[in-house]
Amino acid sequence: MLDILMIEDEPNIAEAVRFILTREGWEVGLHADGLGGIEAIRGAKPRLVILDVMLPHRSGTEILAELRGDHDASLAATPVLMLTARGQATLPAPQADAVLAKPFANDELRAMVRRMLV
Amino acid sequence: MTQRGNSRILTGTRIRERRLALSRRQADVARAAGISAAYLNLIEHNRRPVGEHLVLRLAAALDVSATELAEGREEAQIAALREAAVRLPDNVAPEVDQAPELLARFPGWAAALIATARRADALERQLVTLSDRMTQDPYLLTTLHEVLSAVTSVRSTASILAEGGEIPPDWRARFHANLDADSLRLSSTAQALVAYLDSFEAQDAIFTPQEEVEAWLAAGAPPVEAADDLASDAARALARAHLLRMEEERAALPDAVLAVAAEDHDPLRMAARLRQPLDLVMRRLAVLKPPGFEAAGLLVCDGSGALTLRRPAPGFPLPRPGDACPLWPLFQALATPHTAIAKVVEAPSGRRFRTLSLATRHQPLGTDGPVLTRAQMLILPDDPGASARPDLLIGPACRICPRADCAARREPSILATA
Repeated sequence: MLDILMIEDEPNIAEAVRFILTREGWEVGLHADGLGGIEAIRGAKPRLVILDVMLPHRSGTEILAELRGDHDASLAATPVLMLTARGQATLPAPQADAVLAKPFANDELRAMVRRMLV
Repeated sequence: MTQRGNSRILTGTRIRERRLALSRRQADVARAAGISAAYLNLIEHNRRPVGEHLVLRLAAALDVSATELAEGREEAQIAALREAAVRLPDNVAPEVDQAPELLARFPGWAAALIATARRADALERQLVTLSDRMTQDPYLLTTLHEVLSAVTSVRSTASILAEGGEIPPDWRARFHANLDADSLRLSSTAQALVAYLDSFEAQDAIFTPQEEVEAWLAAGAPPVEAADDLASDAARALARAHLLRMEEERAALPDAVLAVAAEDHDPLRMAARLRQPLDLVMRRLAVLKPPGFEAAGLLVCDGSGALTLRRPAPGFPLPRPGDACPLWPLFQALATPHTAIAKVVEAPSGRRFRTLSLATRHQPLGTDGPVLTRAQMLILPDDPGASARPDLLIGPACRICPRADCAARREPSILATA
């Protein structure tokens, strides 16, 4: 089972995050588009989803809503860390387990992911 | 205190001020006006009302026009003074009931106070519109998002390199390349952002009249005189002309008739069945929004391609006024007047829209007059999965469009290219 699936359309951010988390020993998969995002989660069944809010074709909040409504209860309960460029206060995603505002410190990212994967 | 009471006080005070300015005795003026000095004294101290005929006689005696002693203009000024007082902070409490006295005794100061209050009001409105622009302007939002994305990438990547630890050479090289690309992107985006913000200062008004009308339409087109969004005379004139046109078009194609015809869902068939011009049917659909057209938007441009009406469908990529994507079918229609062009377009966000564009030509000044061309594009959100592929990939405007390989690009994008 994949530890983390990251859905992020900014390739350089995705690459940096994957490197940071892979070096911590976690297996990280990437998906670069809102389109097919929910299918990627269903296929990988990760322990944690890192989900950008602003994605092409389908927003992170739409994908999150779809995930929470999935008929597979264990999949629907997958922890989700949202990445947002607009700050936690304005995030329209109450169903997320945690929110990380861009730009973030690598230590902050590692600590948050560690907490969520325990 | 009533308006009538205020004007009585004001008139008496003004009579007194005028008499003293002329250095005339109360008795002389009273005699000239045909009243007793004692009665004039009561009037001047605002203890007696002044009738219309007496105002005329006093005005003649004081060598001043009756209108200067009349009530209308002053009442408006008193109302303006009161309004200025209401807008003051709570800890400032001017003697509001003495506004008539202030106006009569110190008209210059009163005018200065009114002008200052109006200026403050105008600035407050500008601040609100500027604030709205800062929080809703798609160009600013997109650009700031781009800056944050680049900063996020730079910060994470730079930290990886600074944290130490083993980094395979190929990854190290990749991170260096990413840093270089992101710093370039960051500098160009920041420059574009500064240039954009500078352009605010260069504008006489925060909003153009067209933007004011768009805001007014978005607010449901409230009565023109009471509309907060219509700050300029030009915008109010545009709004009135728009309302008049809407009224004429509603008379030509009433709501009830259009609502029945709209069950067809095809504007061309509707126009044929109704025996009405297609451009009229399109405009009326965008206004009435009958079932099937609830999210309809409409763009209209003149023969130069300048957009004269912008009512986009939700999600349609619309840039600031004066900017547009040259690939919008609206502009293709200009080249083929009186021929409807139906295209499914896809925005950079992946959202698709069905569009119907039509250009028409008119000679409102007769056969010797110029030929005027106008094009319009009806925009409807496409049902997800309804069309296998779009006819056209469009954008908002080149500067904020991420399509790198677009043949119509006229300037570089500030965005990371897709």
